[in-house]
Amino acid sequence: MDIDTGYTQSELMVAAASRQIADGEVVFVGMRLPLLGFLVAKSLQAPNAVGVYELGIIREMVAPEPILTMGDLPNLYRSQWLADTRDTMSLLQQGLVDVSFIGGAQVDRFGNLNTTQTGGDGTAITRLPGSGGACDLACLAHRHIIIMAHEKRRFVPRVDYITSPGYGDGKGWRESVGLIRGGPAAVITTLGVFIFDPETCEMVLASVHPGATVDMIAEQTGWPVRISTYLSQTDPPTRQELSALRRFDPERYWTGK
Amino acid sequence: MATSKLMSMADAVSRWVPDGSSIALGTTLETAIPFAAGHELMRQGKKGLTLIGPISDILFDQLIGAGCVQRVQAAWVGNVITGVGYNFRRAVEEQRIVVEDHSNLTVSLALQAGAMGVTFLPCRTALGSDLYMTNPGLKTVVCPFTGQKHAAVAAIVPDVAIVHVQRSDVFGSAHAWGNMGISREACMASRHIILTAEEIVSTELITRDPNRILTPGFKVSAVVHAPWGAHPSPMPGCYNRDHAVFIDYQKQSRTPELFASWTEKWIHTVSSIHEYVACIGNACSRLSITHHDITEPVDYGY
Repeated sequence: MDIDTGYTQSELMVAAASRQIADGEVVFVGMRLPLLGFLVAKSLQAPNAVGVYELGIIREMVAPEPILTMGDLPNLYRSQWLADTRDTMSLLQQGLVDVSFIGGAQVDRFGNLNTTQTGGDGTAITRLPGSGGACDLACLAHRHIIIMAHEKRRFVPRVDYITSPGYGDGKGWRESVGLIRGGPAAVITTLGVFIFDPETCEMVLASVHPGATVDMIAEQTGWPVRISTYLSQTDPPTRQELSALRRFDPERYWTGK
Repeated sequence: MATSKLMSMADAVSRWVPDGSSIALGTTLETAIPFAAGHELMRQGKKGLTLIGPISDILFDQLIGAGCVQRVQAAWVGNVITGVGYNFRRAVEEQRIVVEDHSNLTVSLALQAGAMGVTFLPCRTALGSDLYMTNPGLKTVVCPFTGQKHAAVAAIVPDVAIVHVQRSDVFGSAHAWGNMGISREACMASRHIILTAEEIVSTELITRDPNRILTPGFKVSAVVHAPWGAHPSPMPGCYNRDHAVFIDYQKQSRTPELFASWTEKWIHTVSSIHEYVACIGNACSRLSITHHDITEPVDYGY
């Protein structure tokens, strides 16, 4: 079937997220765009990836029908294991989860993520939903990928509240607070993809999405952006990626914009 | 001879959930949320409740909006497919409720500690996070064997767990299947349990498959027959998720005035689950299971 190869910002982000999953990896799958990223990866380069879902589901097969939440019944159908939340978190805590995906309202240059509250310190608080499993994923997976909208109010010098720890204030921080592994590996935004400098643990711009520019990214980031010497353009979603994605989000509920 | 614990929703909530109770509910995350029981709490105008749960898909937001809640011990409160829970947000920002922020792992372990009869459990999550700032039930502890730092999660012992199951006998032995979330530890930890069930069945039917039983029946205080009691959340084996209700709720909770109209329509003019089912009538066939997948029986004989 021929498909429309025009794509939305969300479709580009899902495609970029799906490419972070290698075949055979164990993936802790979060709600919204990550849910789709996992399904796209499973359908293409990572058919042997295993999905772990915090509500107590381990899956090898993709759901037989499109789903909007992890708890939609097609996502329970013929699971590898239906279990307790504690079991999925135990796999994570043991170190058996390779990669996870989380989103947020605020992120800083060290990849600390806030989904709990903004403001405070004398200013009015804006309350957000909270951690869910995000704090656990950021603490205990071997690596995690952050997916979020790129706006200056979200890309701040220092987050108002650390819901999901990144690299704290730099190298050595995770070890010093007692975290035993992990840390953010990439940040996929509406404008580009960042990775982290292994020496300083700071975010470094690795690729710019088609249609975006370094200047646009600098303008929407609350600190001086560091740019990789290997800066590239993000590959647009392939025909295969778009086709898989639209199979799982046929009404474009998640990826319409 | 055991006594039947079968009672109406109104009686179960009135008898076992006095004002000021701490309640674990929504323990299966996106599935099997006990909406019918939650709506009865609102109908009876409960006050000063503490809500305990992992993520909460709009039920906590509804109870908060109705003024039933004083404190929340949870990992996430909102609307899973739309994001923010407006009542929750307003109540926190206006300092009408206290929130103790957990992660899904720490709230599970708090209940597991309660279930095991210990005062805390260690884990390796939350270290370096600010959850410690907004949750007095989290501290750090040094392992006496290895010297490694761990997070310590204080036990939670709820007054009552409210859990929706597929089928129960009248004594509180019940089958639950699908993903389990934190339901098992929530039931084990709680002083009382209210089971709401799609179907009331014989004790024989339940005890012929004891591996599928949620929790020991002797711990259960009340059993309520509540078909469609988890709607609009999905109930494995019974019905699919009613996405439209969650999407509409976002609009209908945007302001206190809109939420008051929502409450009038869905809580105060509906007196029971049976009337509720009549109200959602058209949805019932749309949400029914169309792709059945019946498992093989197993042999428990001797």
